[in-house]
Amino acid sequence: MTRFILQRLGGMILVLLVVAIVSFAIFYLLPTNPAQLSCGKPCTPENLERAKEFMGTNLPWWQQLGAFLWGIVAGRSFGTGDAAISCAAPCFGYSFQLNASVTELIASRFPVSASIAVGAAVLWLLMGVAGGVVAALRRNTWVDRTVMTFAIAGVSAPSYLVGLLGILLFGFTLQWFPTGGYVPLTEDPLQWFLHLILPWCTLAFISAAIYARLTRGEMIETMGQDYIRTVRAKGVGEGRVVVRHGLRNAIIPVVTIFGLDLGGLLGGTVIAEKVFSMQGLGAMLIDGVNTLDLQLVIGFTLFSAFLIVLANFIVDLLYGFVDPRVKARA
Amino acid sequence: MTTANTIEGTGIPSRRTGFRHIVRSVLRDRWATAGAIVIIVFVLAALLAPLLTAITGQNPYTYHVDLLDDSGAPVGWGGGISATHWFGVEPLTGRDLFSIVVYGARISLLVGISATVLSVFIGVLVGVTTGFFGGWYDRILSRVVDVMFGFPVLVFMIALTAIVPTAFPKPLFMIIVIGFFGWPSISRVVRGQVLSLRERAFVTASTAMGASGWRVAFGQVLPNVSATIIVYTTIMVPSMIGFEAALSFLGVGVPPPTPSWGRTIGEAVSWVQISPMYLVFPGAALFLITLAFNMLGDGLRDALDPKGGGR
Repeated sequence: MTRFILQRLGGMILVLLVVAIVSFAIFYLLPTNPAQLSCGKPCTPENLERAKEFMGTNLPWWQQLGAFLWGIVAGRSFGTGDAAISCAAPCFGYSFQLNASVTELIASRFPVSASIAVGAAVLWLLMGVAGGVVAALRRNTWVDRTVMTFAIAGVSAPSYLVGLLGILLFGFTLQWFPTGGYVPLTEDPLQWFLHLILPWCTLAFISAAIYARLTRGEMIETMGQDYIRTVRAKGVGEGRVVVRHGLRNAIIPVVTIFGLDLGGLLGGTVIAEKVFSMQGLGAMLIDGVNTLDLQLVIGFTLFSAFLIVLANFIVDLLYGFVDPRVKARA
Repeated sequence: MTTANTIEGTGIPSRRTGFRHIVRSVLRDRWATAGAIVIIVFVLAALLAPLLTAITGQNPYTYHVDLLDDSGAPVGWGGGISATHWFGVEPLTGRDLFSIVVYGARISLLVGISATVLSVFIGVLVGVTTGFFGGWYDRILSRVVDVMFGFPVLVFMIALTAIVPTAFPKPLFMIIVIGFFGWPSISRVVRGQVLSLRERAFVTASTAMGASGWRVAFGQVLPNVSATIIVYTTIMVPSMIGFEAALSFLGVGVPPPTPSWGRTIGEAVSWVQISPMYLVFPGAALFLITLAFNMLGDGLRDALDPKGGGR
């Protein structure tokens, strides 16, 4: 087990390093000049030079890359003397437009996006796996057809469309749930929950569809295996056959896909934030793009990549737990 | 996942793989046929957009402020539906919504299909070469594919829109970005098929006759994967269309005034209570085209993979 974890850990660090270098290369070496953007008008050559020096973009690229990477590990500072700005580790950059380190900005918005993402993921796993199992067990009946019709509709419907129709139906017409906004959990747990129901259901509806399809296919295949017949012949109860022997095997590919979908979940959160007017990380990213706050955009992109790689590492470990064969091979 | 379409143990291709077989089983599948018809209708609508909108003498750019009330909402039932404005008009501007939806099909299909072509091109190139040549080249690229698979691609796409120079045409930029992030899935599928095809006798024969590696890979192996490529291409189109719509929805995609379903839906967010039809028409169009591609793709996949077991 230790060897398995160490192997994955090494792979993860390598991936993070490559991702950081590639992001740096794309964003820092392209013609758009961050110093030019923040130098103000009129932008005299002296001002521009000062801005460059302050941001550290006057250095050769390899020193910039070094400072960038080192900032993530140990923090860094911009400028010298009294005007210096320090950016504590892990420093994903500094937004000169908002006068805050990207890490702080991310931390302030993180609870909103995390609330949306985690709840949606839990709900979609439950809905998707349950729907798929039921459809597989009642194969070719009306239950199966209903679940699968929902599934193909869910696969095809864009999340924002589902979300907006949800707002229209449950928010404005029935007035069951609030139509948007976010209330911090610490402030009012009930309102937090009520505000999040629609975003959760929206994202879960889209992704659960894919999981239902996948689980159904896997369950049908697993339940047709010889060992399932053997277990039944032994007189094991049907519930136990389905859960312990069927689902236990059918769920393995679902875990794999779940790891791959976490990146998509982050994207879905960006969309959900716009639909339900929540001020989370996605809204911050869009604002950053519109105001050309490159440091913020780069920092957040890198952070999201790190988050996904880390989440995948955890899913990998989980995978070893769900499927003992993986550990044995490592 | 499709398995190699061969009669087991013999390496002889089964008769279930040819293009004629695929066409026949798609035609037998009601849903896939319906999907294909919807796609044809949308493509025709996109191509004939100027003619269709000429029927009522509308275009997606002219303002009709006289059709709005003081708050900017369209006057009349269903967002101002009338004989001249079949889908009603846009709030605030009064532009013809039918024209916007029809012209919106152009950008959606253009970006969706072009990005798919780019993805398939890169994916097939990488898939065939890594599967056929193997070695360290395969190991590195397979790792890249692994990493790209789980990536928050939408976040990356949004971020990249921040650095593109404004002079660069936005639709072309979107095709490149969306296409570039889409290739890993098809590359993995193609690689898997090439790995099994590589061991077949015809490859050995070609190599023995002195054909170069590239010639065998692209002249002999690639045609045997083409059916799979067609299926995966069909399955990819809707997700590419979805990315374009999502970026435009978030306001970082196609800039106004070019009509785009995603952007119209994005603008409809604040009108959903007052003028829901503003959301419904472009939303239905986007949903229908995605559904159509998914149904056709499902049908094609079933045709190729008899194990799949129907819907």
